[in-house]
Amino acid sequence: MGLVTATFVTACNSQPTADSSDSSAPTTVSSANAKELKLLYWQAPTTLNPHLSPGTKDREAASLILEPLAAYNEAEELEPILAAEIPTLENGGISADNTTVTWKLKEGVKWSDGEPFTAEDVVFTYQFITNGEVGATSGEFYGEVQSVEAVDDLTVKITFNRATPTPMNPFVGGSGMILPEHLFKDFLGAQARSAPGNTAPVGTNAFQVKEFKPGDTIIYEPNPNFRGEPPAFSTVELKGGGDAVSAARAVLQTGEADYAWNIQAEPAVIKGLEANARGEMAYVPKPMMERIYINFSDPNKEVNGETSQKDTPHPFLSEKLVREAISLAIDRETIAEQLYGEAGSVATNFLVSPEKYASPNTRYEFDLTKAAQRLDEAGWKDTNGNGVRDKNGVEMEILFTSSVNPVRQKSQEIIKQNLESIGMSVELKSVEAGVYFGDSTNPDSVNRFNSDLQLFAFDSETPEPDSYMELYACDQISQKENQWSKENSSRYCNPEYDALLEQLNTETDLAKRTALFVAMNDLLIEDVALIPLVRRSDAYALASSLTNLEFTPWAASTWKLNEWGKT
Amino acid sequence: MGSYLLKRILIAIPTLIAISMVIYLVLALAPGDPLGELANSPSITPEIRENIRRVLGLDQPIHIRYVKWATAFITGNMGYSFVNPVQVSQLILQRLPTTLWVVGSAYLVSVLIAFPLGILSALKRHSWLDNLITTFAFAGFSIPPFFTGLIFIIFFSVWLGWLPSIYDSTLVITDLGGFVTQAKQSILPIAVLALFQTAVLMRYIRAAVIEQLNMDYVRTAYAKGLSGWQVMTRHILRNALVPVVTLIALDVPAVFTGALVTEQVFRVPGIGSLLIDSIVRSDTPVVMAITFIYAILIVLFNLLADILYGVLDPRIRYS
Repeated sequence: MGLVTATFVTACNSQPTADSSDSSAPTTVSSANAKELKLLYWQAPTTLNPHLSPGTKDREAASLILEPLAAYNEAEELEPILAAEIPTLENGGISADNTTVTWKLKEGVKWSDGEPFTAEDVVFTYQFITNGEVGATSGEFYGEVQSVEAVDDLTVKITFNRATPTPMNPFVGGSGMILPEHLFKDFLGAQARSAPGNTAPVGTNAFQVKEFKPGDTIIYEPNPNFRGEPPAFSTVELKGGGDAVSAARAVLQTGEADYAWNIQAEPAVIKGLEANARGEMAYVPKPMMERIYINFSDPNKEVNGETSQKDTPHPFLSEKLVREAISLAIDRETIAEQLYGEAGSVATNFLVSPEKYASPNTRYEFDLTKAAQRLDEAGWKDTNGNGVRDKNGVEMEILFTSSVNPVRQKSQEIIKQNLESIGMSVELKSVEAGVYFGDSTNPDSVNRFNSDLQLFAFDSETPEPDSYMELYACDQISQKENQWSKENSSRYCNPEYDALLEQLNTETDLAKRTALFVAMNDLLIEDVALIPLVRRSDAYALASSLTNLEFTPWAASTWKLNEWGKT
Repeated sequence: MGSYLLKRILIAIPTLIAISMVIYLVLALAPGDPLGELANSPSITPEIRENIRRVLGLDQPIHIRYVKWATAFITGNMGYSFVNPVQVSQLILQRLPTTLWVVGSAYLVSVLIAFPLGILSALKRHSWLDNLITTFAFAGFSIPPFFTGLIFIIFFSVWLGWLPSIYDSTLVITDLGGFVTQAKQSILPIAVLALFQTAVLMRYIRAAVIEQLNMDYVRTAYAKGLSGWQVMTRHILRNALVPVVTLIALDVPAVFTGALVTEQVFRVPGIGSLLIDSIVRSDTPVVMAITFIYAILIVLFNLLADILYGVLDPRIRYS
């Protein structure tokens, strides 16, 4: 099941890491009671079972309770959480032929209700995730898994279908949180969504749920059976709803909350709020990148009942010179600086993260004259004097879509100006996110891609982005025959790229994998299969009184909340 | 009276059925997919998506879905939310007390302010007092609640630091301190809502009273030596009240649906914010339940208003 690893994010944002620890202003209103921690989420969590929701907000809320076997930290290294150690080739945890992984679990770990945590829980979690009736949303990393078995109470053995370059994907990070078997075993099937454990889960992490009001508030209290140091807070309150700016204000200006998640706001607004010295913003660069998708097929020609059919080349975007011209004409720096501020930086790569795989060979160039020259060279000239370039009777008219989101609409405006200055005509369109990212058979959905250019963000959830690379594979082309369920909406197909992808699927040597990732990235960028715009960071508003914070791009921001403190 | 009531109730039933069909159809035909968020996730294969659709009952044709929903609703079962793993009734019950408290007290406050001010400005019409009250009313009426909400937050929460801008729904009132906290966090949303509603009500009461003031019976009442207070309470108000009662009766169901904007601004977890969230996430069962309960309340309170006419005005008799 070669599915592309990625998550659309409709309204999240991101950028460079913060000195997440505390700074100045020791006394704030809220720190009077140092035992209570208040978190603000402008999207309210609706379920506490991370495997039944694709939303980041729900994983954020669940990760105070549930834990994976391990997670990647900011340095892209695996840290054991429920595992006693990280399996490697050296310690024999990963078999020499890369077909099995054996995890040793920590001893003496208990669920918050006192039941012991064992390898059976891991096996059960695998069954839960892969059971079709359950409809779990985190199945993408388990497709290559042949079996998961409990060798003994503290040993789990994962066997893969074939030698895999990414043996550490299952049970790691946000999609790998382990569920308690004793709570969910009667709900392994279509009734999974009505399991009581979804609203009051029992977990192994430092907190348990005291009260859960779906779509509103969650109150956590310490888990009495937690294996480690008890957390510094006797109560954690997670309040949902509202909007991002007022959430930031509550932390940075009025001090009513200690932490606000995922703040996307204009740099000027943030600056004004930070001036109060009650707190500051922290930026964690994510693997998420805003990019322009280029339609390689013709959205205006209908073939066999579908437009944007893969065998009908686009009248001008299929020409490389034209794509280069567009790439040269877009002022990415203005977009990154004016609209994202510290929460974004100019992107030049398809694969922006992890660092070890990011290509050093690409660079950003903004040159309108050069862009115009490319178009002249390709024979696109304004022959009828209407201000728009044309060739063989085809006008360079572009329909440019994105989802409804103030920052995206402003980006669209800037890009429209850029492209019109080199003689194209651009019409903008914005589609409500529920429709845009929703049912793929809807004519306005991203997968149908019935326009010429589209703008949104996409990311890779793990630092082993093999499935992310499938985004431009020929067999991932989104068409009527697959109900537009595949992700290659650009209908880009390059045999050279596919050949590299095939090598990547079996390559386990780090140096060779790095070379392949860089080669594939450079190929897409050189061919202008897409135009990277801005690499985003998650922005968190933090009260100055918080201490000992640690974030990672590869797990929920709450992954180490049990270690947070407050002065 | 009895047969009138029966007739009205019998008319209400087909009305409600028609309303429910229209809402159901609109929701079913609206773009956006309850599986939107799920469809996004690359790990959801078409088979899994079909499974989820079947679990949610979305694979059946719309008329079957409607009949199933309607029969379940009659027995009080509003189904499961698509998004939250709980029953719709549970969700609504969780949100209802907050909404009734905030929006209900706001309405009460505005009625209490609007009556004296409205009567006063009618009696002293075109005086400086009337002009002042009218200016206040137009300001309250024309400034949108999200704006007054922001101004209040900046003034009372940010600058003065007196009142919180975030509503805490988990507060349990066990002592006086708890009550004070509850009162403090309710002041801002109630003030914002009351400002708007007072303005509407006051203008309405003023117009209703002025209409009566020039009537012959008022002159007669004064002529036979009644005091101003007696004329107002016994004669003018009783007549002026009839249209005002209609307005208030029709506003009461709106208390149930909460305040869409104000709840968002102050993070009040009421029915209004639940409705908005559910619409955004295409959570059809929740949207359907809230809008339909609203429809039932409207029909009910319409009936109630008609009955109240008879109590207020002895000339109105139903038979």
